[in-house]
Amino acid sequence: MIEIKNLSKAFGEKVILNDISVDIKEGELFSVIGPSGMGKSTFIKCLVRLLRPESGSIIVDGQDIASTSNEFALARVRRSFGYLFQEGALFDSLTVLENVAFGLKYLTDIHKSEYPRIVKEKLALVGLKDVEHLKPSELSVGMKKRVSLARSIAPEPKYMFYDEPTTGLDPVTTGMVKELITDMREKLRITSVVVTHDLKLALEISSRVAMLLDGKFVEAAAPAEFRQSENKAVKEFMEISGLSRE
Amino acid sequence: MKHPVTEYIGREFMNLAEALGAAALMLKSVFFWFFRSKFEARETVKQAVTIGVDSLTVVALTSFFTGMVLSLQSGQSSKNLFNEPLYIGTLVAFSMLKELGPVLTCIVVAGRAGAVVTAEIGTMKVTEQIDALYTLGTNPTRYLLVPRYIAFMIMLPLLTVFADFLGIFGGCLVGMVKLDVPSTVFMNDIYTYLEIYDFMHGFLKTFVFAFMIATVSCYKGLNTKGGAEGVGKATTEAVVTSMVLVMVLDYFVSAVLVAVGI
Repeated sequence: MIEIKNLSKAFGEKVILNDISVDIKEGELFSVIGPSGMGKSTFIKCLVRLLRPESGSIIVDGQDIASTSNEFALARVRRSFGYLFQEGALFDSLTVLENVAFGLKYLTDIHKSEYPRIVKEKLALVGLKDVEHLKPSELSVGMKKRVSLARSIAPEPKYMFYDEPTTGLDPVTTGMVKELITDMREKLRITSVVVTHDLKLALEISSRVAMLLDGKFVEAAAPAEFRQSENKAVKEFMEISGLSRE
Repeated sequence: MKHPVTEYIGREFMNLAEALGAAALMLKSVFFWFFRSKFEARETVKQAVTIGVDSLTVVALTSFFTGMVLSLQSGQSSKNLFNEPLYIGTLVAFSMLKELGPVLTCIVVAGRAGAVVTAEIGTMKVTEQIDALYTLGTNPTRYLLVPRYIAFMIMLPLLTVFADFLGIFGGCLVGMVKLDVPSTVFMNDIYTYLEIYDFMHGFLKTFVFAFMIATVSCYKGLNTKGGAEGVGKATTEAVVTSMVLVMVLDYFVSAVLVAVGI
């Protein structure tokens, strides 16, 4: 479980997150939606401590990681995290095989002779085969994102964080990624946090959707309730996204 | 009322203080991970090849021709003054070992390998690959910085020794062909007047330069902002800063070495 209490983050004078509190329960798929530039990526990066919040606490399985500067304690908690980056963030100098096996090497005790088999298995999960020897520069945008997804799920994390998982993907791949995120939650009971501007996606896959606006969650509810929200910003965002309240 | 000039100077000083503080924290992290982490053999060898082996040709050409021109100019001046080229071997070897070998090698490596390191780390920064390292259980200092520091500290002194020899060889060649100085005379001048301390003076300096180039290149790379344009800017800044610092440090390190008798 991830408990977020009074989380605030600012860049200079600009406040991005303002006193946010929310609990993300075991097995939940929590989506954060909102227009671009509202701090969605900042929120998810604070959760995995890629950014250090100004104040507040982020308690992961009983351990507060918001303010700790103990590298080893942070690394221990991060062992349970998987993170899908917006642009994939694959290591240019490594092959697909080395990229996907990277987390296995540093996060697990699996012997390296097992890596090719696991990598093949994870790549098949994201609909890729025979790409192990390729470099990221030889892959399309969609393939990069899928390899990145395979890399983040390879060490079988307890928590998955997705930063704009379907941005830049074609409809077929979007469907596949959507199914994979849902499967990860339903079959493996992985707790997930998804950050997206795609409201339709968020309403389809999430157990709870929150809308981030001006540094605060203006609404956080199950998809059915979210659709019925009387909040003006939510209504507007629904309209812009071409979604009805039913 | 604030004056624009004093405001500018004040801001620049604040930026410098901030950069020095951040660089000090980076160094602390480098030392921490150097002693605490498992040795990244593969990455270190890869960097040693990029920094050392890939710089061989350019270092060889630079030092060889420097030795040649040094021999030619000093030989010609000596001929004009004394009607014969005197102490050419001493002069070429002394200049190469104490100054030109280490300084030119470090400037060449700062321009070539330093730029590669900054551009690579800078690109990783702007494409979130550095963040990805954290999420995959690896500290970037451990995985990226420590191997590069080790590679610079090993390869730069080796390249300097290589440059010293090639420079002297180039000088000897010009002495033989253009100045009619036999190689035995040229080498005798070196053995008679040079001591091991002369070699050590230049050799020890390269460790300081290597550490400085690694620090500047890694720091600039890690602090890259703003996409491809930012990578280009960081790379240029890293090369210029390293080259200027090589010249500045050269004086101070030489002064210290002279004071301690090396």
